Amino acid sequence: MSDAPVTSNLRVPHSDALDKAADVEGRSLWQDAFRRMQANRAAMASAIMLIVLAVVCFVGPLFVPWTYEEIDWDLLEATPPNFELKHYLGTDSLGRDMLARLLQGGQVSFMVGILATSVALVIGVTVGAMAGFIGGRVDQFLMRFVDVMYAVPLMFFIIILMVVFGRNFYLMFLAIGFVEWLTMSRIVRGQTLTLRNKEFIEAARASGGSTTSIIIRHIIPNVLGVVIVYVTLTIPQVILLESFLSFLGLGVQAPMTSWGALIAEGAQEMEITPRTLILPAVCLSTTLFCFNFLGDGLRDALDPKDR
Amino acid sequence: MSESFLQVRDLKVHFPVRTGGILIGQYSPLKAVDGVSFDLNPGETLGVVGESGCGKSTLGRAVLQLIGATDGTVSWLGTDLTSLDKKELIAARENLQIVFQDPLASLDPRMTAGDIIAEPLRNYRPAMTKAERRKMVAGMMERVGLLPRMINRYPHEFSGGQCQRIGIARAMILHPKLVVCDEPVSALDVSIQAQVVNLLMDLQRDLGLSLLFISHDLAIVRHISHRVLVLYLGRVMELADKASIYATPHHPYTQALLSAVPIPDPVKERAKERVLLTGDIPSPLYPPSGCVFRTRCPRATAICADEVPQLEQAGAGHDVACHHWNT
Ligand code: SF4
Repeated sequence: MSDAPVTSNLRVPHSDALDKAADVEGRSLWQDAFRRMQANRAAMASAIMLIVLAVVCFVGPLFVPWTYEEIDWDLLEATPPNFELKHYLGTDSLGRDMLARLLQGGQVSFMVGILATSVALVIGVTVGAMAGFIGGRVDQFLMRFVDVMYAVPLMFFIIILMVVFGRNFYLMFLAIGFVEWLTMSRIVRGQTLTLRNKEFIEAARASGGSTTSIIIRHIIPNVLGVVIVYVTLTIPQVILLESFLSFLGLGVQAPMTSWGALIAEGAQEMEITPRTLILPAVCLSTTLFCFNFLGDGLRDALDPKDR
Repeated sequence: MSESFLQVRDLKVHFPVRTGGILIGQYSPLKAVDGVSFDLNPGETLGVVGESGCGKSTLGRAVLQLIGATDGTVSWLGTDLTSLDKKELIAARENLQIVFQDPLASLDPRMTAGDIIAEPLRNYRPAMTKAERRKMVAGMMERVGLLPRMINRYPHEFSGGQCQRIGIARAMILHPKLVVCDEPVSALDVSIQAQVVNLLMDLQRDLGLSLLFISHDLAIVRHISHRVLVLYLGRVMELADKASIYATPHHPYTQALLSAVPIPDPVKERAKERVLLTGDIPSPLYPPSGCVFRTRCPRATAICADEVPQLEQAGAGHDVACHHWNT
């Protein structure tokens, strides 16, 4: 089309108005939410606590004189905290440094939580947004598939995977992620359905947007708030699931460990050395607690109307 | 060219609505738009009026094919929009835009005003650089009466009137040929309504575009339109030039609508003959047989229940669908 003659009508001298004053910065809904979040002490404390925990778990081992798999041959038994031997939290029944193992277990737990949730996030958001936005047959098909997946007993599924493919660190992420995306996809689909009928989606279509570009540009940014909340609530679930698998002996392979595995080990000796049970249990529950608090705070901050 | 600018012929939009059945649903068609035909000429404004729930908005969306038509054709510059596939339709929409009723709901709350206005450019002018786009958006903002400095603000930081200006800027930035205005001012304060209507009229004059102006407010329609189409339960009751329809409305429904508009002169207002409408609009699921207006029409007779009145000429450029328009 020839828009040259028409454009000339619109060439109003705007540049000087633009130059004279700096643009007014808008405050996005994200910034608003962040401000509300900051006012929530419990949630902020949880967030800081989690960051500290994660940093300590990932950086801490550099400063601990022992590694998680190193056996102190002089001891070969559970020892209480001993500063001379530099076992600040003592050792476990095999004489491995408790602190080093605790930190390494934390690494695994955090990684499982984050990686498995990312798997769930990517699959769940894609499937949910597609089902909700495209609707019709696609929706029917995807959601029936989700229903079928829900019916598959999760533990059974993971145990079979572990048996067939052997115990594999990454397989565990995938397996947990593959199970956790179901709820995510349902949540995203529900949100998308309410968004789909909003006028701004219609406006986007009238502005020439294709389905893909509308999903990416409008749907996803608008469901992101809910998704973030759900993610912070999924991470602890996943960590717990991993702990449970480790407790059953299906989690990480020794000598690697996770908080769940440490708890399992500690439980066996809890009458002799309660320390080996209590330490990982405290770490794990603190983390779960913080994630839940953070999730709650985020939910309040992101949609203040829905309270 | 005027022959084939926009021609709507026998347009029908029916929605299946579940009316019963426990396991296997029974569906009846909800006839939101039922056999509407009209033409629109370049640079012309056609006002569409009717009570709420009469299918006005559906008609506007069906013209743009935002809602698929059940039957009938919408031919735009000679091509039938109802027969296009997705890609062709997106290409055709470059010239067809829409301004929505609820100004805030029609803007993505997570995007800045600048991004919202630039969206059509991103879709249709992918070659444009960011700076060019920004310049054009700033120019457009100024044109619709917004400060270009507000380019980075978010919709919730604007007033309703300003949001509507953003919506108008988005619709106008590609210099479309036809803009459907779906009750663009009914959600705004009365003091702002006039400004926005005048803005639309200015833009129409400067850009030479055609407007399909949907509203329930007859005073505004009178101000902006060249021709007026009166819709009732998805059917055309009367279609005429503005002067003719406001001076001599022939259809009983139009007469009733017009008599409900207050006249500023109290003497005339008191002397005016009122045609009162009794009852509510019947459900479009179960429209009355024959003339759909018959349940509320003061002039209805036996024939009205049996035969659907067709549009007939009641004068130059004045069509009316009523058995008794001249009695
Ligand atoms: S056709 Fe009959 S019922 Fe319909 S408007 Fe005319 S007089 Fe009234």
